Amino acid sequence: MNEKKSSASAWKSIQIGLAVLLGLFVYAYGFDVTKVNLEELRSERRQESLTRVTRTLAQPDIIGYEQQQAIVTMPLYVPCPAGGLLSTLPEADTSGAYLTISPACAAPGETVQVEGFNFPNNITGPIRFIPGNDPLNVVELGRESITTDSDGHFSASFLIPDRISDAPQFIRVTISESVGKPYFTQNAKDTWDKIIETVFMALLATTAGTILAFPISFLAARNLMKSVRSPLTSVSLSVLGWPIGMGLGYFVVNQVGKFTIPLSENIVVSLLSVIATPFIFWFAIRWALPQEEIKVPTLSVRLTRLLVIFIAILVAFFGFFQLAGLTTSISLGIEKALGSLGFLATFLFQVSDILRITTPALGALAAGGALASFLGRIGQRTAEKSPAARVKTINFIVASLAGATIFGLSGWLVEWLYQVGRVEYTFWGPIIVGAGLGLLLAFLTKPKATLPTGMVVYSITRTILNALRSVEALVMAIVFVIAVGIGPFAGMMALGLHTIVSLAKLYSEQVESIMPGPLEAITATGANRLQTIIYAVIPQIIPPYISYTMYRWDINVRMSTIIGFVGGGGIGFLLQQNINLLNYRAASTQMLAIAIVVASMDYISSVLREKYV
Amino acid sequence: MLQVKNLTKIYDGGVKALDNVSFEVPKGQFLAVIGLSGSGKSTLLRCINRLIDPTEGQILWDGEDITAASPEEMRNIRRKIGMVFQHFNLVHRSKVITNVLAGRLGYVNPAWSFLNRFPKEDIEKAIKQLERVGIADKADQRADELSGGQQQRVGIARALMQDPNMILADEPVASLDPVLAHSIMKHLEEINKKDGVTVLCSLHFLDLVHRYADRVIALNQGQLVFEGYPRDINDKKFKDIYGRDAERVG
Repeated sequence: MNEKKSSASAWKSIQIGLAVLLGLFVYAYGFDVTKVNLEELRSERRQESLTRVTRTLAQPDIIGYEQQQAIVTMPLYVPCPAGGLLSTLPEADTSGAYLTISPACAAPGETVQVEGFNFPNNITGPIRFIPGNDPLNVVELGRESITTDSDGHFSASFLIPDRISDAPQFIRVTISESVGKPYFTQNAKDTWDKIIETVFMALLATTAGTILAFPISFLAARNLMKSVRSPLTSVSLSVLGWPIGMGLGYFVVNQVGKFTIPLSENIVVSLLSVIATPFIFWFAIRWALPQEEIKVPTLSVRLTRLLVIFIAILVAFFGFFQLAGLTTSISLGIEKALGSLGFLATFLFQVSDILRITTPALGALAAGGALASFLGRIGQRTAEKSPAARVKTINFIVASLAGATIFGLSGWLVEWLYQVGRVEYTFWGPIIVGAGLGLLLAFLTKPKATLPTGMVVYSITRTILNALRSVEALVMAIVFVIAVGIGPFAGMMALGLHTIVSLAKLYSEQVESIMPGPLEAITATGANRLQTIIYAVIPQIIPPYISYTMYRWDINVRMSTIIGFVGGGGIGFLLQQNINLLNYRAASTQMLAIAIVVASMDYISSVLREKYV
Repeated sequence: MLQVKNLTKIYDGGVKALDNVSFEVPKGQFLAVIGLSGSGKSTLLRCINRLIDPTEGQILWDGEDITAASPEEMRNIRRKIGMVFQHFNLVHRSKVITNVLAGRLGYVNPAWSFLNRFPKEDIEKAIKQLERVGIADKADQRADELSGGQQQRVGIARALMQDPNMILADEPVASLDPVLAHSIMKHLEEINKKDGVTVLCSLHFLDLVHRYADRVIALNQGQLVFEGYPRDINDKKFKDIYGRDAERVG
């Protein structure tokens, strides 16, 4: 017994020892890989440049003064002429600031003593050796500087560089005095412009991301999706409904657009339509969707309602196009009149452009969704009400069609991406494989059994979210720079996309952690899935959603400061440029601006969070 | 008339929560369901409105087969069955009136729920139900600002909004003190007697069963071990229902 115990403890000691050894090994390798080396830090050269850069960084280039510059030069010979000093060296003018050099000539590598008199008091300026015999030559050597005392006098030793000339060369002292009122430097102004751009880039990215992440988060919530199951008939018909519906929707809405565009040139017509369409839409919908019905309506009433809704939606799209046309006309008309507020007109124009581009897409999505859910419902009814054998036959047909559709579309995507150019591989092959898989699925599933459609959608959504989330916004920005050009728009798109995927994940985890009780209670009243989400889920998730959105805004502000490194606009562009130009004083200004913005964002968001959550 | 025939529920883990349970409830009866915690009371009640899908068996309600109903038919069945919960299951951050109006969701057109709109008659009706349970003055407060007894009244008002023919009450008073328990039970009794609504109510305390129930069924480990009138529960039956070690107090 005792022996067993001691052997166990010995084994434990060995384990600990091995763990320590392993740790040692891991960290030793880590040191090697990351090239940890303090030797470099100790070298004088490094320390000197570090000090210099740090000191420069500590003096951000924000405020400038008008500079009054005085240049004082004194000639000297390098090396001393063979025949002794000639008297051609002029005497210094001692009425103003002047220099003396002793000795008046020296060989390269020797040190001369330079003294200055009558300079302004307590001022620092560079002292340089000017090669060639032009005292205003821009080439200068040396990096020392002098500081005058309270009498305007300084004395410094100066090392003569290796420049030999028969003609006299010069020692030059430049002093600048600040005069007049301080003003913001060009760098400070640029920084201001760019930091504003940065903050708004973050704002737009967060807004767009939040709006799109909201619906996606429900698809990625396990507790909501797990109970969604439907029979194969319904799933297959929905799959068929999406592409057909989207195609039809796109076509119809585009037709509406074509019909509308000539009309929208007349401002009166478009104004009237924009006013009238909401009313028509509202009354049609009010009539077609009664708020409460105890009795089930007859088939003809239902069909009429469906038709009215369809027409109402067409009218709504007509209204959208007219609105786009109207805003374009208005924005073009008022741009001149607005003057400095012209950006409002540009905003209107861009909004109308967004409206015009998104309306057909919206129509396609709406029609796709509507047709898919309609066909899905028919499938559901068929699977429930028809005899099993008939359902089985229907399943064979629709499942093979659905499989062919999915694979055919994937094949088309492959063709588009890789340009294979061989129809049998990218079209007929996938279609046959898809149809075969569909048949197999229909063969394997019992006709009335339900498939876990919810979990399939959940898994696909999660996979896409995780894949996209692992791509840094910086990398996305590179892609968007190619798509929309260098500038803040690309950065905004990249940040927006990253916001969508990361917020959708955070949101969906919130949905997963809601209290199940209210969900159960609302379901028990006979509410359908949509109503359950609106009345039981959304009230519970509002506070964490607000909190996460603010947190994300915070992150976006921080991210947008560096997204400019890859051309995504914002302050990062300036920062990188100044660092590359070794313009550390300017870079320091941008760093300061970033620090201030990030810190204040942090403060504001914490205050808001406390207040509203 | 509610008929439960050979109802069996086996959960995914293999736990048999209900084992071949059959009984009938005539229209307008107040039926108490008793049994230990974990004996299958909650599962039984949730099988009746299909919050839980039974593994086997059939539930007929006025001749309609609940177990075979499609999702759309289920909506129409559920809206006539009110449910009251032990933990009230109100949406805490919503107003009391919204919680009550939620009882109407089975009737209103789902499209209008997007806009959070209810017909005017429903809003008036909700106020009336709140008056009936005595908390009309709380209508605009948030649900979590109410005390436990008040929250359960909101739960009852929500069930009443459904114009129910049957109410399933899952231990409605287990989280409340005895005085509140009686006041809540009185509301259920009034709904049962005045409106003729069938009530299935799971209860822990036998004195409540004696006071309010017309008839009792008892479950033990998923099996029906007693069916009869409250007065028929003698000491032997008591031990059958609650186990050998149980002692009767009060």
